[in-house]
Amino acid sequence: MLLIACPWCGKRPENEFRYGGEAHIARPLDPASQDDAAWAEFLYLRSNPKGMHAERWRHIHGCGRFFNCVRDTVSDRISATYRPGETPPR
Amino acid sequence: MTGAFRTPDGGRIDRTRPLAFSFDGRGYSGLRGDTLASALLANGVHLVGRSFKYHRPRGILSAGSEEPNALVTIDRGAGRITPNLRATQLELYDGMRARSQNRFPSLAWDLGAVSNTVAPLFPAGFYYKTFMWPRVFWRHVYEPAIRAAAGLGRAPVAADPDRYLHYYAHCDVLVIGAGPAGLAAALAASANGARVVLCDEQPELGGSLLAEAASSWLRETLDTLAQRAEVTLLPRTTAFGWFPDNLVGLAQRVTDHLAHPDPQLPRERLWHVRASRVVIAAGAVERPMVFAGNDRPGIMLADAARIYLRRYGVKVGTRAVIATTDDSAYAAGVALQQAGVAICAVADPRTEASDAARASGLPLLLGASAVATSGKLRVSRATLSNGEAIACDLLLMCGGWTPSVHLYSQSRARLRFDERLQAFLPGEWTAQVRSAGACNGTFGLEACLEEGYAAGDATGVRRHYAPPLSQPTAQPAVASGKAFVDFQNDVTARDLVIATQEGFRSIEHVKRYTTTGMATDQGKTSSMNTLAIVAGLTGRPVPSVGHTTFRMPYTPVTFGALAGAARGHLFEPVRRTPIHDWAVANGAVFENVGTWQRARWFTRNGEDAHRAVARECRAVRNAAGMFDATTLGKIEVTGPDAAEYLDRLYTGSFARLAPGRCRYGVLLTEAGFVMDDGVVARLAPDRFHVTTTTGGAASVLHHMEDYRQTEFPELRVWLTSVTEQWAVIAVQGPLARQVITPLITGIDIAAEAMPHMSVREGRVGEIPARVFRVSFTGELGYEINVPADYGLAVWHEVHAAGEPHGITPYGTEAMHVLRAEKGYIIVGQETDGTVIPTDLGLDWTIGRTKRDFVGKRSLARPDMIRADRRQLVGLVAPEVLEEGAQLVADATVLPPIAMLGHVTSAYWSETLRRPIALAMLSAGRARIGQTLYVPMPDRSIAVRVTEPVTYDPESSRLHA
Amino acid sequence: MRFSVYSLMRHALGGAAWPEQWRSPEPRAAYDVVIVGAGGHGLATAYYLARDHGVRNVAVLERGWLGGGNTGRNTTVIRSNYLWDESAMLYEHALKLWEGLAQELNYNVMYSPRGVMMLAHSVHDVQVFKRHVHANRLNGIDNEWLTPEQAKAFCPPLNTSSELRHPILGAALQRRAGVARHDAVAWGYARAASALGVDIIQNCEVTAICRVPSGAVAAVETTRGRIAARKVAAVAAGHTSVVMAMAGLCMPLESYPLQALVSEPVKPVLPCVVMSNSIHAYISQSDKGELVIGAATDAYVSYSQAGGLHIAEHTLEAICELFPTFRRLRMLRNWGGIVDVTPDRSPIIGLTPVPGLYVNCGWGTGGFKATPGSGHVFAATVARGEPHPIAAPFSLDRFRTGRLIDEAAAAAVAH
Repeated sequence: MLLIACPWCGKRPENEFRYGGEAHIARPLDPASQDDAAWAEFLYLRSNPKGMHAERWRHIHGCGRFFNCVRDTVSDRISATYRPGETPPR
Repeated sequence: MTGAFRTPDGGRIDRTRPLAFSFDGRGYSGLRGDTLASALLANGVHLVGRSFKYHRPRGILSAGSEEPNALVTIDRGAGRITPNLRATQLELYDGMRARSQNRFPSLAWDLGAVSNTVAPLFPAGFYYKTFMWPRVFWRHVYEPAIRAAAGLGRAPVAADPDRYLHYYAHCDVLVIGAGPAGLAAALAASANGARVVLCDEQPELGGSLLAEAASSWLRETLDTLAQRAEVTLLPRTTAFGWFPDNLVGLAQRVTDHLAHPDPQLPRERLWHVRASRVVIAAGAVERPMVFAGNDRPGIMLADAARIYLRRYGVKVGTRAVIATTDDSAYAAGVALQQAGVAICAVADPRTEASDAARASGLPLLLGASAVATSGKLRVSRATLSNGEAIACDLLLMCGGWTPSVHLYSQSRARLRFDERLQAFLPGEWTAQVRSAGACNGTFGLEACLEEGYAAGDATGVRRHYAPPLSQPTAQPAVASGKAFVDFQNDVTARDLVIATQEGFRSIEHVKRYTTTGMATDQGKTSSMNTLAIVAGLTGRPVPSVGHTTFRMPYTPVTFGALAGAARGHLFEPVRRTPIHDWAVANGAVFENVGTWQRARWFTRNGEDAHRAVARECRAVRNAAGMFDATTLGKIEVTGPDAAEYLDRLYTGSFARLAPGRCRYGVLLTEAGFVMDDGVVARLAPDRFHVTTTTGGAASVLHHMEDYRQTEFPELRVWLTSVTEQWAVIAVQGPLARQVITPLITGIDIAAEAMPHMSVREGRVGEIPARVFRVSFTGELGYEINVPADYGLAVWHEVHAAGEPHGITPYGTEAMHVLRAEKGYIIVGQETDGTVIPTDLGLDWTIGRTKRDFVGKRSLARPDMIRADRRQLVGLVAPEVLEEGAQLVADATVLPPIAMLGHVTSAYWSETLRRPIALAMLSAGRARIGQTLYVPMPDRSIAVRVTEPVTYDPESSRLHA
Repeated sequence: MRFSVYSLMRHALGGAAWPEQWRSPEPRAAYDVVIVGAGGHGLATAYYLARDHGVRNVAVLERGWLGGGNTGRNTTVIRSNYLWDESAMLYEHALKLWEGLAQELNYNVMYSPRGVMMLAHSVHDVQVFKRHVHANRLNGIDNEWLTPEQAKAFCPPLNTSSELRHPILGAALQRRAGVARHDAVAWGYARAASALGVDIIQNCEVTAICRVPSGAVAAVETTRGRIAARKVAAVAAGHTSVVMAMAGLCMPLESYPLQALVSEPVKPVLPCVVMSNSIHAYISQSDKGELVIGAATDAYVSYSQAGGLHIAEHTLEAICELFPTFRRLRMLRNWGGIVDVTPDRSPIIGLTPVPGLYVNCGWGTGGFKATPGSGHVFAATVARGEPHPIAAPFSLDRFRTGRLIDEAAAAAVAH
């Protein structure tokens, strides 16, 4: 049960949240212009790194908002959470 | 008399409180404060169990939770039988009934012990090498025999009536272990008012101090801690696992030590403690020595014997031999000698006497070790390496100490190997986790106290204490004799030799091949000896052999405690509509849909399901029916950009949908598959009322929020779940308008004024209502939404108003039949997550002029435009088909038979007076008119492919 | 040396040392095929390459110890009653190999076809499972429908009370399905492959995949030096994304922690495997007597091999409801594996855009059951340079075309 800091509400246990997959995968502005391979890349390819991972969470049983989070997938330690539209901390 | 081996005085037992108990049916007496183990030992009972594989007689090895041998079943009556409990941890209560395990017919005469005599045939991993022929024998002969021989105690046969609870706590400092280091840490941590939780697995706090002479420090410390308001003391509570962000799981035993537990109390509580800082003061476990015959009853860890003497007032023998490599055994020897136990010899393989050895005055044999023992059901003789054979009834051993680093290791911090102690130790303190005392390699009361204080103090600094010098004890054993490394699993040093010879050199391989460390004690007494032997056998230093992972739990945790209160109807909350109780009273049979319970049909006058559903269908087709549609998901979409937003989410176009009108909406995943459907109703230019399926409501809202917040944040639109706000009463049938006309105010519901697929806001009596003219039955229909609190009242009103017209409540089954006659799909039944709109004939829902919507691009992928995709069709069949049955072109061939599709829905159509079915069929629309087959196990059913719509294809009734 | 009761007796009487089960050679400079990952699938691939395709100049490189990943961490359920033809063919191919595997490898992998029963808790479950039963029968795969009474008779401790929050409405039973001893599968394949000349190199982590200018693979860099290879086959389960990134490939994979746990051993009490997908739990009893219990994955991507306590709690809630007599039994050990999950939760077996680089991954929570079949079809794919017919539908390209093989979607819960 991770402890996750919602940027709006503060630290809350993981079961208040819903995981939302890898962050910063923007939906193409003009999907029709994408060929099948590029579209498949958007839909399915994920970096799945062993190490720092930028990912989305939603405080679904709290404020309801989506936000981003950087977590080390080896230790599960969260180093930062930030709001959508903000750039990930380095 | 509470046992012939009880000392005349001393110990922490209450000599005024005798307790009767039984073991294997025989009655004994013990004292309050005893464990089952100490009470048995006080009565001279050493034989308490049989080992797992060889069924060797076994006694009590330890005095704590590391016990591998003394496992018993406690019987508290039906449903309260608990196997595999450690006698060393069981607090005695009056009337305790304990039984030994894994023996037949009795503990002293165990037929299974025959395996001991043919043990050479069963070396490590023998079962991988045989039992292969003939092939069917594994399943039917060998495996059943192995299964019957394995296992320890028996699982209960009745359901457990006890309750278990979960607690949640937050604290500044969690201290694990209430020995001197833990107590000191708790004192320091709580000095300034910090919130502290102190837990210990034992019934009394004090740890090693409990086996010392009565100490005023302990009493005063406990008093001080008890008086501090922010301190929670939890005896009988095991910290069993560390989890990310300093969450620690504690298992608290609440009633197992009571003869007559208060039925209001739970049996156990499981605590989730989130701590800013964790201080681990879990102590250390004494190591056995590995020599032939080191497993007989009467062979015990040296310090355990001292604990039985000092804490429980029990002399565990009369003539003792001690084998040790560690100075702590001398203290035990001296204590026992003072109590009148004859110490015949101390074999210490070290060549030079330590200070402790010299000071003890015990008969010392330097450079010697134990090499063999004899005795049938108890040790009677110990043979030393100098050839001397000494008669004894007690053999004490100490191969050093293994710090309990389990929780520290789980905190994902690295361990280091300490050469002096020959053990793995925690590394540096971290912001989250500190170790203190014996589990940190710090021994000696003063050092433990000092380190404990520092660990408890937020600003405390760690000092390094040199651990006592220990030496590798376990040598690769000689071939003869069984020298046990893992007592419970009967793993001998010889097994480790075999494993390494066979190439199992990784410690994990050795563990898995020999099962060492995999018994219910999880290697607490065996792991370091295993490592030392494997290191020796493979010619590597211990650190490069490494250690196996310290998995949770530290000691076993009851399933019931982990499950907590989630049982029966608390397993998952049931959602019920406001009309539920009425439905119960009117013969409803329910089904679970998502988390909801929905009425499936209403039985009248003892009719069966078929008749009830047929009656309900007839009523809707011929007069009017009423249906509780409250469970449908409802989302209000508001804001100036609401229409644009819905255009991007749904396949359809809503920008030009007039206020007051509704449109069927299909929602796709980004991969193009149908996710959900419902009605999108425009209440105002900036306000929509959207419905979802019952099971899909939460995931649809999540999906919509995802796109709203992260992909289209520029749109001014807001989403509100209103599922629970509205009760929905569907009135369907040719007489629907007549039924509701007298009830509705403020809405002109005339056919022309309020056409099919429209919505109006008005009232039912005084109650505000949203009335939809929609239909999922193919008949003229309305869905009346009223605030949920008024749902039942309005239901009654509709029912009363409809009674003259023969209105009939109907359930989900009739709803399914009626919609299937009309060819309407149900998401999750006709669709399965692989279906796109065109498969369902729903191309018409797609807004032609829209540039994009979620899932649109995916519909252009090669596989989505294949001609042989499965498409929705109807089937004419001579009987009601089985849902899930497959469709084939030729049923006469043998498997594998090419399948063309499957039956998704199949019912008796009361309206058409024949069976109907819907199916997803490969290139189905092109096959309309063809005959296909539905193969059943015993026959094949010929079916004709039709359009999916079989009732009122012109939809004239909808528009009536 | 052949294993048998006679060899056991000879060693018992003579006391002679057993030989090594597999060689532990130093890596050679070059191999025809380098397999990355010595789990069950990788070792089986090596074995079938050597046995069926004459490709014996093979190395299996393992970062840690062989069989130490998901092979040794799963709950050992074996079944083949999958819905879609493609999956059914693959898993049935594996099941047929399981049935003779102990004899084939001369290693008792303890394949125990004691039956796998999947519980239906809703009308929707009933529809889905019956669809499976019909499809399986037409594919020649055994799977039968049981009423709640029949399910109770087959598994007496099961709680079939209609009072359950999610009552059991029936079950699908595959009698040929069952369990096996997971470690023995890795060891048996390792021993058999090693005997055919395959080099198994443990404690050898691949750190880079080297390619020639044309793009084809040429070698791998490892912690034990550079090893040249004509073909490289990645069979790295949860770590596949990491390995493929060395060749510049991004994969449609996410790695999740999957937990399992066992109880203390008790005498035989559970005769079969019971799975409940709706309330997320599955259980069997090992030959040692431990109840072996598995659950759903944790929610988030992780390589930590450990998950949250709430996952184990949620699993045991379900187990205690289904088996209320097990409530007093105790969790002895809990552990985690890292499972690589594809978007359609079916595996990827085949070629990659990099010439000479092959991949077998994405088995998610169900890889153990496929071990022999996976190795068999992947060996053929690697040897021939084109997909084995059973493997062909499981290509990487399906994510471009949209031709997914989605078993989980077929059981989607909605209405």
